[in-house]
Amino acid sequence: MALKRINKELIDLGRDPPSSCSAGPTGDNMFQWQATIMGPGESPYAGGVFFLSISFPVDYPFKPPKVSFTTKIYHPNINANGSICLDILRDQWSPALTISKVLLSICSMLTDPNPDDPLVPDIAHLYKTDRTRYEATAREWTRKYAM
Amino acid sequence: MSSDNEYSDEDVDNVFDDEDMEMQDEDSDGDDGMEMDDFKVPAKTTRKAYELESDSLTQSAVEELMEQDVEHIRGIFGVDASTAGLLLRHMSWNKERLIEKYMDNANKMLIAAGVVVPESEPQRPSRRPVRKPKSPTKDTTFVCPICFDDAADLTPLALDCGHAACSGCWSAYISSKIRDEAEHACRCMAEGCAIVAPDAFVRDQVDEETYERFEGLLVRHFVSCAPQLKFCPYPACTNTVSCPSAASKTLLTTLVPIVSCGARGIASTSGSMTQSQELVKQVTGKEHKFCFGCTIDTDHRPVVCGVALLWLKKCRDDSETANWIKSNTKECPKCMSTIEKNGGCNHMTCKKCKHEFCWVCMGPWSEHGTAWYSCNRFDEKGGVEARDSQSKSRASLERYLHYYNRWANHEQSAKLALDLFAKTEKKMEEMQITSTLTWIEVQFMKKAVEELDRCRMTLKWTYAMAYYLAKSNQKDLFEDNQRDLERAVEDLAELLESPIEPENIPTLRQKVTDKTVYVQKRNEIVLEDTADGFLEGRWTWNVAVEGFDSPEDAAS
Repeated sequence: MALKRINKELIDLGRDPPSSCSAGPTGDNMFQWQATIMGPGESPYAGGVFFLSISFPVDYPFKPPKVSFTTKIYHPNINANGSICLDILRDQWSPALTISKVLLSICSMLTDPNPDDPLVPDIAHLYKTDRTRYEATAREWTRKYAM
Repeated sequence: MSSDNEYSDEDVDNVFDDEDMEMQDEDSDGDDGMEMDDFKVPAKTTRKAYELESDSLTQSAVEELMEQDVEHIRGIFGVDASTAGLLLRHMSWNKERLIEKYMDNANKMLIAAGVVVPESEPQRPSRRPVRKPKSPTKDTTFVCPICFDDAADLTPLALDCGHAACSGCWSAYISSKIRDEAEHACRCMAEGCAIVAPDAFVRDQVDEETYERFEGLLVRHFVSCAPQLKFCPYPACTNTVSCPSAASKTLLTTLVPIVSCGARGIASTSGSMTQSQELVKQVTGKEHKFCFGCTIDTDHRPVVCGVALLWLKKCRDDSETANWIKSNTKECPKCMSTIEKNGGCNHMTCKKCKHEFCWVCMGPWSEHGTAWYSCNRFDEKGGVEARDSQSKSRASLERYLHYYNRWANHEQSAKLALDLFAKTEKKMEEMQITSTLTWIEVQFMKKAVEELDRCRMTLKWTYAMAYYLAKSNQKDLFEDNQRDLERAVEDLAELLESPIEPENIPTLRQKVTDKTVYVQKRNEIVLEDTADGFLEGRWTWNVAVEGFDSPEDAAS
C-alpha cells in the first residue's frame, strides 16, 4: 500500500513538478528520498539550494513522513539538526497530503517564518526585534552553506 | 505508652470471646457493634475518619453514565444520539457549557465538533453517517486519492463531507488512529477537513478488537473529563472509581484519598511488564487500592500526596548519589579521577596518575616540605568553608539515608509478601492436618499476613513523612507512634516465621491473633492521628510543600 502510493507520488512529481522543488529516492530504497528546495526569491534564502532528507514510515500515508534539512539553514523554525517544526508534519498531518504539498509548505515557511511557535527561540527573537540583522545572518548562512 | 498497651489488651480479650468472628466479618452490615470493630481488618462498613466514601463502577456502568448524558443532550437539542455524543466529546462532557454554546450558535458548535460541513447544508445536523458518493465521472473508474488504487471492485466511502476514499484506506487509517495514537476522534482523511467519523462508521471499518479499544478510549476520555471519577491504574483493570468527596484538589492537604476499585489481582499477564507492575502482580489477589488525588498507584497513607510525591522524586533523583559522591570523595587535582579516602594519612598518591597531593588542601605534596601531617593551609578561610560545606552535606546525606533505609526496608519486606503468603498458606494446610482446627479457624494466619502487609505500607510512608516533618513536639509524638507500630509489626513478623509444632498451635494461634489485633490497633492509631493532624493543620514541614504554608512563613 505504502509503496504503491509512494510510486504514484514519484510519477506525479515527475509529470507535474512543483516550481522550485524536486524530490526522488536516493537509491533502491523507495522509502528514503532526497529533496531540494531553491531559496524563494523574496526571502533571505534566495539563491541557495537546500537539501532535505525524507524518510517514509511503513504505514505511510497514515503516518507523516519524516522530513529534515541536511543543509544548514538559519531559520526560527529549523534547528541545528535540520529538524523542522511544521504542524502538517506532526498532529496536522492528513493522509491526503503529499510530499509535493509538504515541500511547498516548507517553501512558504522559508518566506514567512512563524516566530510565535519557534524551534530556535534566539532566532525567533531576533526575527521579531531586529529583522534586518536576522536577514543579514540568514543571507550569510545561505551564502556559506547553500551556494 | 503503657496505657495504650492496656487498652489493646482489653481489645484482645474481646476478640477471643467471639469465636465466630470470621463469620461475622464476612456478613457484617455495619451494625454488629463496637466490640466487633477490632478484628474487622478492611473496616469497610464503619468508616474511619481517614477513609473516604467511594463507589466502584465497571466499564459498562460508566458507559451507562455516558449514555445518560447523551440522552439528556439528545432530548434538549433534538439531535440524534451520534451527534449528541460527538458534541459532548468535543466539549469534554461539560453539559452546561455545551448547552450554553449550542443555544448561542448551534451551527458553529456543530461545525466545531466535526458533525457538519461548514457552509454546505448547515440546516441538517443529523444525517446518514455514511453515504456512497457518486463516481466523479461516469466513464472513469474510482481512484482512491489516498492509495491511488483503481481496482474495479473498490468501494468508495465518505463521511458527510463527501471526501471519498477506498474502504481499505479508511480501515487502515482509523485503526492506526485508534491503536497507535489512542485517538477517539478520527477526522476525515482529506486535508483540512474537520468532519469526525461517527461511531457507526468506525464500527463498520475496524475489527472487533479495535472497536473495543475505541469504546475503551471513549470511556477513558469521559472519566478523565469528570473530576469525581478516576480510572483504576492497575494493569488490565477496566474499573472506574467515583469519589465525589475527593474531587477538589484543595482537599489534598487535609486528607489522603485512598480508594479501591473493588477488584483484586491482575487479570491478564500479557505483554512486557514494568518493574512496578511485576511487583503488583507478585502479590496476587491484592486489592486494587490507589490514591484518588495523585499518580501514586498504591496506598500512601498516612502521608499526603504532596509530601509523598516529593519523597518519591527525591528517591528517584540521582542527586542523592551525587550528594554521596560529594560527601565521601574528592577528585585528583591532576587527572580528576574520583577518589574515596578510606583510611591512612593525608599524603595521597593517585592510583591512576601517581600524582601526589595533600588530601586536606588538595595542593601538591612536594610543596608541603617537611610539614608532614600538619597541613599549614588547613586553617585558611577557604579551607574551613570547604570543610563546613562538606560536613553539612555529609550530615544531610546521613539523615536522608536514615529515612531512606527504613523506607526501602519496608518496601523490600512488602515485596517478600508473596513468599510470606505462600509460606502462610502452607502453614495453614499443615495446621488443618496436624490439629483439630478447621479451615475457617486457621484463617487467622492469612489475616495476620494481610495485616502485616498493610502495616508495612503505612510504616514505609511514615518514614517519608518523618523526613519532611519539621522538628517539633508533634514530630516526636508522630515518631513515638511510628516506633510503637514498627515494634509491633516486627514482633508479629517474627511470630509468623516461627516453626509450627502440633502442641504449640493453640498458643501460637492465641499469640498471633493477639498480636494481629494489637498491630491493627497501632496502625489505626498512626493513620487516625496523622489524618486528624492534617485536618487540624498540626503538621509543619521542613520544605515547601504545595498547598501548605512555606516553612519560612510559618516560622515568622
